[in-house]
Amino acid sequence: MRLSFTKPSALRKKGVLCMNKRNIDYIGRCNPRKFYKRVDDKLTTKQLAIANDIAVPALIGVVREQHEIEEIPTMVLEEDGFVIKPSKGSGGKGILVITKVEEGRYYKPNGQEVGPSEVYRHVSNVLSGLFSLGGSPDVAIVEGLIQFDPVFDGYSYEGVPDIRLIVYKGFPVMGMLRLSTAASDGKANLHQGAVGVGVDIGTGKGLHAVQFDTPVELHPDTNKILTDIQVPHWDFLLHTASKAYEMSEMGYLGTDMVLDKVKGPLLLELNARPGLAIQIANNRGILPYLDHVDSLGNHNMTVDERVEYAKKHFAHSAQL
Amino acid sequence: MHSKKPFYILVALLFILGITASVYRGVEHKVPFLPGKQVQSWAVDAKVQFQGTGDPAEVSFSLPNDPAFEILVENATSPGYGLSITDTNDQSDRRAIWSVRSAQGQQDLYYKVTLIPTGSTKVIASTEPSEPKPYIWPATEQAAAEQATQEVWAKSATNLSFAQQLNKALNAQERSQNIELLLSSNSPNKLFLHMLQSKGIPAQEVSGLFLEDQRRRQQLSNFVEVYNDGEWHLFDPTNGTQGRDENLLLWDRSGKSVLDVIGGVNSQVNFSMLQDTRSALATSLDVMNNQDALDFSLYQLPLEEQSLFKGILLIPIGVLMVVFLRVIVGLKTSGTFMPVLIALAFIQTTLLTGLVGFILIVACGLMIRSYLSDLNLLLISRISAVIIVVIGIIGVFTLLAYKIGLSEGLTITFFPMIILAWTIERMSILWEEEGPKEVVLQGGGSLFVATLAYLAMSATWVQHWVFNFLGIHLVILAVVLLMGQYTGYRLLELRRFKPLAGE
Repeated sequence: MRLSFTKPSALRKKGVLCMNKRNIDYIGRCNPRKFYKRVDDKLTTKQLAIANDIAVPALIGVVREQHEIEEIPTMVLEEDGFVIKPSKGSGGKGILVITKVEEGRYYKPNGQEVGPSEVYRHVSNVLSGLFSLGGSPDVAIVEGLIQFDPVFDGYSYEGVPDIRLIVYKGFPVMGMLRLSTAASDGKANLHQGAVGVGVDIGTGKGLHAVQFDTPVELHPDTNKILTDIQVPHWDFLLHTASKAYEMSEMGYLGTDMVLDKVKGPLLLELNARPGLAIQIANNRGILPYLDHVDSLGNHNMTVDERVEYAKKHFAHSAQL
Repeated sequence: MHSKKPFYILVALLFILGITASVYRGVEHKVPFLPGKQVQSWAVDAKVQFQGTGDPAEVSFSLPNDPAFEILVENATSPGYGLSITDTNDQSDRRAIWSVRSAQGQQDLYYKVTLIPTGSTKVIASTEPSEPKPYIWPATEQAAAEQATQEVWAKSATNLSFAQQLNKALNAQERSQNIELLLSSNSPNKLFLHMLQSKGIPAQEVSGLFLEDQRRRQQLSNFVEVYNDGEWHLFDPTNGTQGRDENLLLWDRSGKSVLDVIGGVNSQVNFSMLQDTRSALATSLDVMNNQDALDFSLYQLPLEEQSLFKGILLIPIGVLMVVFLRVIVGLKTSGTFMPVLIALAFIQTTLLTGLVGFILIVACGLMIRSYLSDLNLLLISRISAVIIVVIGIIGVFTLLAYKIGLSEGLTITFFPMIILAWTIERMSILWEEEGPKEVVLQGGGSLFVATLAYLAMSATWVQHWVFNFLGIHLVILAVVLLMGQYTGYRLLELRRFKPLAGE
């Protein structure tokens, strides 16, 4: 059996960005170190977003000290459900989702009950820095549960589908919808088995889909045709992502957004080191788009102009 | 975007500096490029004997002086005698002087020397020798000598070819009448020397010793050196040969007598010798020690620090391995440099014991950790508890191994415990969050990288190089810096992105 490797020249021809080039030529060059806190610390991101009129999931509370953990039950008394996440977490680690609160008892999306001691231990781990980069002490954010938009019903299994857009120097260049599966245990992280659907920047329509870096046609759990997806509020999503550039001052940025049934698109988090699987989901390399943006030089476009430019030039049908 | 030129110049400089330093080490200090290399050495004993007459005695004995042999150790034993070793400026005339106020009866003086061949058999003249005074032939020989010299002179072009032709003429099957006549009253060496001198060619008589293993009571042989174009060439007019045997040790090149005894009679010297093999590395260290060239070597350190450095200097190799596997190949490891630390432990435990021990400890640790996780402890105290439990596990395993008689099991104590505790904690979280499959994958990946790093670090020639050729670390630094600039595809990305290649 031949090992399934391809030639580097074939990938270069398709403009596929690789990890080393991403780290050196894009992250290293476009993302100033001093602004990292704006994206790595979710609490800061949230506060910045609110200051910049970008909608985010409701902030119920922040737990900074061990003794404050006992306040959580009072905090969430009025809520239907809530999410506890580490402020400096990465890769979706350490996120506890409670979809149902009933008489002081908590339930996970799969119906499993979570005792108060388990919540206590989880938050304690978060504060100790177990999930944060480099193990530094952290704070736990308690957020309102997202009532996700039913437009994705049948496309996502037990989890919130999110929309990832790569924003380069303020231009949204590539998009992807991430759908959780049984394999990913309700999480929207591709390396854990979520499905990635490449989305046309021009229209918000599904183009191509992958799971575990392999192309797929149907959702593995619901058997719906993935490329039929049309993401609603597409223009709004593009605007929000483009605005995140001014807010974070990061040149190479991944924005993660969700659609709330009531509140519409919400900015979930920013990522200074977005992964490369988005290229596989779109079935094309990202480099031609990045080069196109670079060729514009120092532009003075507003958010609206950038979104229009991106829709016109980076759409699936457009010629670069 | 700033220019990358200074960076590449820096890398090139590091590379050149590292290679040059290593080659210098190897060539100049003769540090062997391969470990375990052996060199031949010769131990030569000279025994000087004479009969004392009861008067003050002074013995002057010339010492070996040959660029083809390096003197490693030399010493002289002579109870009751004062000893000094004199050196003339150009080192061509080293002599041992023994002296005593009164010598009576049979006297034995010893000189021992250990020599190693250097391979440089050419004898380069340090200064241009002055033209010798022409030899005055006795009247009976003058005509014959002039005629014979003239005949040979006509057939030669240079000093060297003259000496060669002369050597041939002296040893021809049918010698000319003139030469027969001259040889009847002169020894071949003297005649050769005189004929050269009569043409103004610098030449001198030297003595040498043929080195043969386990020979005793050997004598020096005499040769003639002829100067030509900055170099001395060796001739043996008694048998007509030219050049030197590789077993020949030039003992005395001063032209004076080898042994001078004042205040004694019947003096003689004879030699015995022994061939030996010794480690090339130890030999070069001894030579460096002799030359005070150790200044910039780790061998100056006390032995304990040396062995510590032997371990530390392996880390760059392991780090290089990790950088390569991550940047060029694209393997993932849990904890960037944890595999290097595990590999260091493997060096102490050997690979198989290390692997088995590591898996056993982590597996036991995971079981105990799962109990600890039910206790709702704070992270810090939980990890502290894991550290203490790991020490307990290691203790139990060591004891068990000892009882069963498995001495390999005892080396398990070399594992860094804090690292093990963190590994157990990380694996345990991984297990809870992403399932046992991911634990096996990431743990296995780390062990795989650790194994490769171990294999690189445990190769004897690698250990030899990193400690003896410090320049190699500059080369590693240059390679690591270069890899840090690599923006190409990783090997595993060629597989990952294969669907994009559109085949």
